[in-house]
Amino acid sequence: MEILVCAKRVPDTSENEIELNSAGNDIERDDLVYSVNEPDNYAVEEALEIVERTGGTVTVVTVGGDEDEEILRREMAMGAKQAALLSDDTFEGSDGRGIASILAAFVKKGHYELILTGVQADDGAAQVGGMLAALLDYPFASLVTSIEFQEGGKLKIGREIEGGNKEIYEIDLPCVLSIQTGINEPRYVGMRGIRQVASIPIPTLGKAELGMNGFSGKAAAKVKCTDYFVPPMGKGAEMLTGSQGEIIGKLVDLLKAKGGLK
Amino acid sequence: MVEAIQPPAQATYWLVQGQTLFWIVNLLGLACFAYIVAKRITPLLRAQRDPRFDRPFLRLGRLLQFWLGQWRHPRYLAAGIIHIFLFAGFMVLVAHTFYFLALGTSRHATMPSGLYAAISDYAATIVLVCMIVAIVRRILKPARYAVPPRYGKAHTADAIFLLSLIAILMLADGLFEGSLAASQFQQRLAVESLPVLSLAWILKNALIAVPLPALANLYLGAYLVHELAFYFLLCYRPFGIQFHVETSLFSVYFAKLDRGTVKPVRWGVPDDKLDQVKSFGVKTIEDFTWKHMLDFYSCADCGRCSDQCPANAVGRPLSPRFITTKARDYCFQHYPIFGSSHNGQPLIGGIYSEDEIWSCTTCGACEAECPLLIEYIDKIVDLRRGMVDDGKVPQSLQKPLKALESRGNPFGKMEKKKADWIKSPAFQQTCTVKVLNGDHAADTLYFVDSITSYDDRIQAIGRATAKILDRAGENFGILGAVEKDSGHDVRRFGEETLFMALRDHNTEAIKASGVRRIVTADPHAFNALKHDYKDVPPVEHISQFIARAVEAGRIKLNPVEDPNSVYAYHDPCYLGRHNGIYDAPRAVLDAIPGLKRVEMARCRDRSFCCGGGGLALFYEPKEDQRMGVKRVQMAAEAGANVIVTACPFCMVNMEDAIKVAGMEGKMTAIDLAELTEKQMR
Repeated sequence: MEILVCAKRVPDTSENEIELNSAGNDIERDDLVYSVNEPDNYAVEEALEIVERTGGTVTVVTVGGDEDEEILRREMAMGAKQAALLSDDTFEGSDGRGIASILAAFVKKGHYELILTGVQADDGAAQVGGMLAALLDYPFASLVTSIEFQEGGKLKIGREIEGGNKEIYEIDLPCVLSIQTGINEPRYVGMRGIRQVASIPIPTLGKAELGMNGFSGKAAAKVKCTDYFVPPMGKGAEMLTGSQGEIIGKLVDLLKAKGGLK
Repeated sequence: MVEAIQPPAQATYWLVQGQTLFWIVNLLGLACFAYIVAKRITPLLRAQRDPRFDRPFLRLGRLLQFWLGQWRHPRYLAAGIIHIFLFAGFMVLVAHTFYFLALGTSRHATMPSGLYAAISDYAATIVLVCMIVAIVRRILKPARYAVPPRYGKAHTADAIFLLSLIAILMLADGLFEGSLAASQFQQRLAVESLPVLSLAWILKNALIAVPLPALANLYLGAYLVHELAFYFLLCYRPFGIQFHVETSLFSVYFAKLDRGTVKPVRWGVPDDKLDQVKSFGVKTIEDFTWKHMLDFYSCADCGRCSDQCPANAVGRPLSPRFITTKARDYCFQHYPIFGSSHNGQPLIGGIYSEDEIWSCTTCGACEAECPLLIEYIDKIVDLRRGMVDDGKVPQSLQKPLKALESRGNPFGKMEKKKADWIKSPAFQQTCTVKVLNGDHAADTLYFVDSITSYDDRIQAIGRATAKILDRAGENFGILGAVEKDSGHDVRRFGEETLFMALRDHNTEAIKASGVRRIVTADPHAFNALKHDYKDVPPVEHISQFIARAVEAGRIKLNPVEDPNSVYAYHDPCYLGRHNGIYDAPRAVLDAIPGLKRVEMARCRDRSFCCGGGGLALFYEPKEDQRMGVKRVQMAAEAGANVIVTACPFCMVNMEDAIKVAGMEGKMTAIDLAELTEKQMR
C-alpha cells in the first residue's frame, strides 16, 4: 500500500520557553528548537507499521522552506522511503485551506491509497486533514487510535471520543485519517539514523511542478492571525490541608466532582 | 605364596590387556574432549574482535590474585572457604592425576610417594568432604540459588550430578590406594604408608580383612571407574555449569582491566569510521565479543551477582546471573556439539526482553562481586546500542534523548539559562563565579553538568561547590551556556553517536577555556571526563578536592551543631566502585569535629545503588519498590539519621525515597559539598 503522511515542523513545546515578541503578533523565534509535530510522528510510525505488515512504501511530505527539510530527514531515518518538500515563495502566508490545497495538488500527482496526518499541529488549528479530504473528495476520519485492514478495500478504524470511550468505524479506501497520539509507540531516531539518510535527495516541488492554482498564499488566505497573548495567570493550586485521611477524603470528593472518578 | 596384585597396565580386563584398554580409553577420552572444545570455540571464532592480549604482566598478576589466590571468594565466607579448599585440592591433584593416568598405560609407571603423596591423599579427602557439603548445599539451598520461572529452569540436578561425579572420582582414588595398601598388609609386603585419617587410610583400614582376590578386583575396578569417571567428567563439563573449571583461567587472564570505561562500538574502528559500521551493538549472539562469550561459558551460576544487584532486589525484570546463563544455554543450543550451527536470531524478544536490558543502572555491583571477573556493563551497553540502532527505545527515554540532541541537556531547558544557578542574589553577595566565555580565564574548570545547572534543588550543591572552591582559594570558572551534558549516561544507555557529539563539543569548549584542571561534584561527569573523554585536563571529584584542602588547612571545619545526628555515607556507584574513591569523602566527614559516623552493612564496593543517574532518572521501570527506599531503610538499620551522598543523582533519589518511605523528619539527606559548606569556618 502506498501511504502518504503529511507532517509539520513545529517549535517543540517541551524544549522551549514560548514568549511573545515585542510586537505582540508572534512568538519570539530566535532561540527556538524545532521538531516534527508529535501527532505527525505517530502517523509516520503507524504508516511504517502498516507497510511492515502489508508491504508498500511510506512517503512523507511537508509544506515549508529549506529549514523544514530536517523533519523529512528525521522521518526518513525512521523508515519512510520517500519525502517531498513543497516549497514556493507564493505559498507563504497560506491559511489552512491554502496548505490543504497545496497538499491536495501533491496527492493528485501520486497514487496514494491512504493519507495520514497528525490530529493537529502544536501551533495549528486541526483543519488541514479534513480540508484535504474534502478537496480530494475522499472520506475522512479524525482522532484515529487504531487501524485494521478489512476485506474489499476497507479499513476498520477506532476513534477516541470524549470521556475515554472508543468508537469503531468502517471507512472506504482511499481515505484521509488524522492520527491521535498514543496509537502506537514511535521508534527512536538518533543522529546516526539521520546521518545515514543525509545523502538521499529530497525533491522540492513548487507551484509550477504541482501544477496548481487557487487558494494558496497570503492573498488567498481568508483566515488570518490577528493577535497573540498569554492568558492571565489563573488562581493558584489549591492546597488540601488536614490529616492524611482528611486529605484523601477531600481529594476523592474533588475527583468525583470533576468527573475523574465514578 | 599368594600372587601380588597386578598393576592396571598388566592386568587383564575381560580378556583385554589393561595397557591396551587404557590407551584406548585415554585416546578416546582426549579425542572426545578435543572435539567438544573445538565445537565450543566455534562461536567464539565467529564473535566480534576484542583485543585482550596487552599488558601481560598486569594480567598475570591479576591471575595470581583472582584465580590462583581466589581473592573474591571469602566475600561469601562459608561458600568461599569451601571453594578455596576445593580449588586448592584440585590444584594439588593435577599432578597426581597425571601419575594416575600413566599407571594404566605404562608398565613402568608408579604412583608418587613421600610428601606429595601424603598431601594429595589429604587433598582428595578434602575435595570429597567439600563435595558432600556442596551437594547438601544444593539440596538445602540459599534463596539466591532459586530460579524464577521467567528465567528458565534451575540446574540443580545437573549440579548435583557433576558434584557426585567428582565425589566418585575421589572415592575411586581412595579405594584404589586403600585396597592396594590392604593387600600389601595381608601379604606382609612393604605397606604403602597412607596419611592418617585420609580417605585412602580409612578405606585401607576398612578393607584390611577383605580376602585378597576381592581386594585385587576392588583395586582394578576402582582404577577403571576412576578412568571412566575422569573422562566422562572432562567431556561432560563443557555442557554445563562446571565448564569454569577449564575456562576460568582464561576468563580471569583476559578480564577487563580498565574499570569505569565502556567498550567502543567496534574494537579497531576509530570514531570517524563508525558511520561505515552497518549495525551498532549486539543484536544476535555473534555480535558479542569472544571474551563476552567466554564469560557465558565461565559462569559458575553461583548467583552472587544477582544477590548484589539492586535491580533484582527491587523486583525489576533483571537478574545478571540469568543474562549470562540464558546466553550460555542459547549458545549451546545454537552451536550444538552434533549437527551444524543455526544462528541469526535476535536476542531481544528472544532470550532477553527490552525491559530487562533497560533495567540496569550500570552500578557495577555484579562485576565487583563476581569471583570470575565476568563483565556485565559492557554487554548491557552493547545490547542497548543494538536496541537504539533498531529504534527500540522506551518513550520515557526518547524525550530526554531528543532534548539532549537539540538543547544539550535532558530536561529541554534553554542553553542561555545554564548558568542561572549562580545568579541568585544571596549567593552572588558571598561568591562570584566566572563564566569562561573568552572574557575570563581560570586555572580550574568547575564542570557543573545538566542536573546541577537546572534542577532547583540540586543547584544548591552547585553553589556549595563554588563556595568551597572559592574559600580554598581556587582560581576557577564555569563554562556556562556552552557546557553541554557530559553524555555519561547517554553513552551507557546505548546512544553512542549522540554521546560522541556531546563529548566532542565539550572537549572543544574545555580546550578553548584554557584551564589546567577540572573539578566536578557529579560522579557521572567525573567518570565521563576521566574515562570517556580524551585530551582533557586531569579531573578531580570535589570530595578529593575537599579532603586535600582540609588536610592542607585551607578549609577549616566547625564542630557539628546537633550532637544527636548520626551520619552514614552512601558510596555513589561512579565515585566508589567505578573509581575507587571511598576514603576521601569519609576523611572529610571524620574531619568534622564531633561528627558521629556509622557504616551501612552495604558500603564501599558493596554499596547499594540509589536508583541510578542521568537517563535512569527518566526511565520508568517495572519494579515492586524503589531502590532508594531500600537504601534509606538500610541507613536507618545502621542507626543513621543523616545520609551523606556525594552525587546529585543520589540526592534526588534519596530525598524522593525518604518521602516515599514515610521517613520525613526521621531521616535527611545532604551532599558532602553542602555539609562541608555548612561547616566551613
